[in-house]
Parts: sequence; structure tokens; C-alpha cells
Amino acid sequence: MTQSNIMPGFRPALAYTLFYLGLVVLIPLSTLVFKSLQLGWGEYVDIITNNRVVSSFRVSFGTSLIAALVAGLFGFVIAWVLVRYPFPGKRFLDALIDLPFALPTAVAGVILATIFQPSGMLGKWLMTSFGVQVAYKPLGIVVALIFIGIPFVVRTIEPVLQEFDTTMEEAASSLGATRLQVFTQVIFPNIFPALLTGVSLAFARGVGEYGSVIFIAGNLPYVSEIVPLLIITKLEQYQYAGATAIALTMLLVSFLLLLIVNLLQLWARRRSGQI
Amino acid sequence: MSILLNNISKNFGKFAALYDVSLEIPEGELVALLGPSGCGKTTLLRIIAGLETPDFGRVLLSGEDKTEQHVSRRGIGFVFQHYALFRHMTVFDNIAFGLRVKPRKERPTEAFISKKVHSLLELVQLDWLADRFPDQLSGGQRQRIALARALAVEPSVLLLDEPFGALDASVRKDLRQWLRNLHQELHVTSIFVTHDQEEAMEVASQVVVLNQGRIEQQGAPADIYDHPANAFVSKFIGQTNVFDLSETESNWLQRAGILAEKPQGIFAHVRPHHIDIVKAEETSGSPVTLKDWQHLGATIRVELFNPQHNGSGATLFAEMPNERFKQLNLNKGDRVAVHIKQAHWFN
Repeated sequence: MTQSNIMPGFRPALAYTLFYLGLVVLIPLSTLVFKSLQLGWGEYVDIITNNRVVSSFRVSFGTSLIAALVAGLFGFVIAWVLVRYPFPGKRFLDALIDLPFALPTAVAGVILATIFQPSGMLGKWLMTSFGVQVAYKPLGIVVALIFIGIPFVVRTIEPVLQEFDTTMEEAASSLGATRLQVFTQVIFPNIFPALLTGVSLAFARGVGEYGSVIFIAGNLPYVSEIVPLLIITKLEQYQYAGATAIALTMLLVSFLLLLIVNLLQLWARRRSGQI
Repeated sequence: MSILLNNISKNFGKFAALYDVSLEIPEGELVALLGPSGCGKTTLLRIIAGLETPDFGRVLLSGEDKTEQHVSRRGIGFVFQHYALFRHMTVFDNIAFGLRVKPRKERPTEAFISKKVHSLLELVQLDWLADRFPDQLSGGQRQRIALARALAVEPSVLLLDEPFGALDASVRKDLRQWLRNLHQELHVTSIFVTHDQEEAMEVASQVVVLNQGRIEQQGAPADIYDHPANAFVSKFIGQTNVFDLSETESNWLQRAGILAEKPQGIFAHVRPHHIDIVKAEETSGSPVTLKDWQHLGATIRVELFNPQHNGSGATLFAEMPNERFKQLNLNKGDRVAVHIKQAHWFN
């Protein structure tokens, strides 16, 4: 770059960024790759196609996806209420939203397990009135991940809703649109890219979540065992190569999914005229 | 469609935005709601549209009471100050919106919608922008698209909130002319809100002057200019010199020609072009000093200073055609005399 830039210090800033990116992200992750390279291709395939491993992948990604979608719905409603309606205690509620960010996840897990176990407060009621058992089932994992995921959705949608130009709604009304049409055709398309971001953040977080899940999941192999737990188990059995093989696979799948979400976002933004 | 407002009042908290406003607008007029900011003109427009509900009073459109009716059912077209175009839709989809949200039974076919949208785009002379998004348009273009969108549903009343407020001066001038032509073509009853008296006078066939939530005067632009109902209207519309009888020497006013008989009020309001300047040698007229002048194109605005015997003084403005000013051949500091041809008296 010979031409002078309006922002000075491009080179040092870039160097600094790359240095820390390398130190904190790239070096640890490449270690993961090198470690699993100690395995042959056959061994690697053997490990990750093991029934127990495949099941745990299914559990992890399945529950995360469902939880992220539910968190998307709940989070949207919460953000809507927080932005659109004045009510007493609003600030307090707003502060509560961030609690799952700050609370140690293990604490959240213990609490959720306590109230949702068959003898617990909510668990008992769900068991007797609906015959649904939450704790020690994949459903328990979903509950924990919704708890963890909601703040991601709320905090990404909130600023977009706040900046949303409400005269657009008035314009739509004046053109004869019903309230439902105003929502589906004017408000939602403008919020959708942010919602997608929130949901993908919640999903990514859900896939990696460990602390809050293991207490409520019951961790039954083939049923409610998540990938991070399996990795820990392998480590405890000194199967380092096996652990890294699973971790690497998880990394690749997560990366692929996030790539797809990003492309989806690009498409949504382009469709809504935001780029 | 004619519009009738009966005793409309509206409060926002403790602030009274409108106080007992009654107004009648005959069909086909192009009306300006004119007033300083905070006078309630936008609130009045939003009440007519149904975007606000009045605390008291009724809104009648074509003789029907529509006070409680939702904005979506009133059949009005509303153009917002900042356009409020749908950011996520192309220009085409924006204009088609009103047709596409109609109940299935009334909804026209896509072919009809496409034809209609293109004819509206031609009307606003922007057919080549159909596939763009609002963010890619200039202010003037957005404003015209917003107008086309409002016209798509064939409203019986067109309401425009400060339609040219956010545009730069030259674009504003073009659009004013264009709006007046459009109104002559379509003849839809239209009301626009403005704080710019020049804009109101230039575009509207009827002007309603509002101040502090009340209507001060309603009438044709010329009427309001020539016969202001009160001091506020006189000062707000056009330029005015104000003579306070208790401060100006009556002798001076007498010589200027407006205090022949007994005064009809305490304040005399004089338009700048009603002040005539003559050379000081002439016997009649009141003495003033020429302070400065500005070229306004065809006319010259002359700044005059009227010194009083008690040491104070007042600046007054006179306007005259360019040629006349040249004939007078005056310099700064000259002593001249003024005749006042006409004044409005207020208490």
C-alpha cells in the first residue's frame, strides 16, 4: 500500500491484531490439529464413527439447535417487551437478562437440575400433570441451553428494535395494512438479520456449553451425553489423541455451521437492502 | 373529500397541543397548515389521519364521523417528514405495498399492480429507480417515492407532514412547484404542514395559520397577507415594521402619513414595500437616516434608522424595485424622508 490512508497506523494495528490472534486462537487450535495428526486416517475415522461418539454429536448439535430456536422466539418477545412497553421494574428486568452471562454456568446447572428433577419444584408438577420428565433427558439439556442462550438473542435484537423507525409502521398502517401485516411485512423483515445473529450466537454457545448441562443431562451414553463431556471422559482416561480427534471434528462442524449462518445472514441483509 | 374538524383538543401530559380547534376544508383544496414549531400543526395533521386520537372533538370526513376509525381504514395518504420508506423493500415494492395488503377480495392482480406502480413512477418521474432500495436514493427522490406510495391506494385525502423540510433549498423549490402542478392534475384534497410562510404562500390555495394550539386565521394566501387578522399573523407572514405608538413620536408618524385621524390601535404594522423613500429636500415625509441596503434581485431592501429626540431609535426596513432605488441615487448616511402608504393597526 503506497497510497496514504486516512486512518494512520494500519501496519502496526494489523501486526498487533495478527500477533494476538495467533497467540490466543491460532496456536492453540493448530496444536489440536497436530495432536490429532498423530492418529492415522483409519484410527481417526474409527474414533469419530464410534456409535457413542456419533450419538453425542447428535445430542449436542440437536439440542443446541432446538434450544437456539426456542431462545430466538423467547428472546424476541422479551426484547420486544423491553423496548416497546413502559412498565414499572423495567430496568430491573433488563438487568436480570444478563444474569446467565455472569452466573457461573455450573451454578446454573445445579439450580436447574434441582428444580427440574422428578422430585423438584417444577419437575414434580411437570411429571404429575403432563408425564414429562425434563431432568436427565435430552429435554433437560434443551432447557439449560435455552437459559444460557436467551441473553444472546435479547442483546442482539434490542438495539435493532430500539433504532427501528416506528414511522415505517405508521406508514404501513396508513396504507391499509392490518397489525399482523405490519408485523410480518414491515417489522419482522427488518429485525430478521439481527434475530439470525442472536440465534447463531446462542447455537454456537450451546454447542460448547459444559457446566450448566452436565448436572441436568444425566449423561447417559447414547441418550443424553454431550460432546464436551465425552472429550473430558477421554482425557480422564489418558486418550489424548482420541479427545483431540473428537474436538477437531467438533471444531470443523461448528466452523461449517457458522459459515452457513454467515452466508444466510449475508443473504438476509442483501434481501432487506441493508447492504 | 371535505374535511370538518369540530372543537378538537389534544393534550400531551400537561402540554396543550391543540385547544378547541375547528376547521373546515372544502373538497379539492390544497391547504397549508402554517405555524411556528410547537404550534400543534403536525398534531392536527396526525389527528386528521387517525395516527393520534383527540381528547375532545370530532373528525368528519365527507360528513361522516371518523374520530374512532383506525388509520388503516380511513382511506388517507400520509407522507412523512422523513419519508418512512420501507428500507427492506425496493422502490417498486414500496409503492406496491398499499395494493398488496388489501384483503384478498379487493386485491388487484400482480399485472395490474405492476402497471399501476409504473404509471405512478412515471408520474413522479422516477421510473428508472424501480429496483433500487430507499437507502440508495437522494432526499428529493425519496420524497417523491413516498408520495407515489401514498397515491397508490388512491386516497381521498393526501396529508403531508413538512414534505420539504429535510431537503436542500434548490430541490425544495422544484418540488414545491411540482406538488402544485400535481395537485392541479389530480385534484385530491391535500393538506401539508409547514413552518415556512413562503412555502405556504407559494403552494397552497388556502392557508391556515396556527399558533400555540389555536387557529389564528384561515384564508387565501393573498387575503392573509393583505388583511392579517391579528398582530401574530401580520408578523409571521412576510416582513413587518412594528411601530409602538407609546414609543414612537406621534409627530413623526403624522408626517409619515399614517396618523391622520385618531389611531385605530396601539401598534402600527407596516409592510416594507408600503414605505416610500423620497429625498429629504421635499417638504412632506418623516426624516430618517439611510443605514445600509441589500440587493434581493429585483428588489432592494433598505435599512433605515429613525432617531428619536430622547436619544433612542429604531431600525426600519423598506423595499422598492431596483430601478427606483437607482433613480434615487442614495449613499449610506444620507438623510431621507419616508411616506407610509398603508398600515395595519392592532392592539
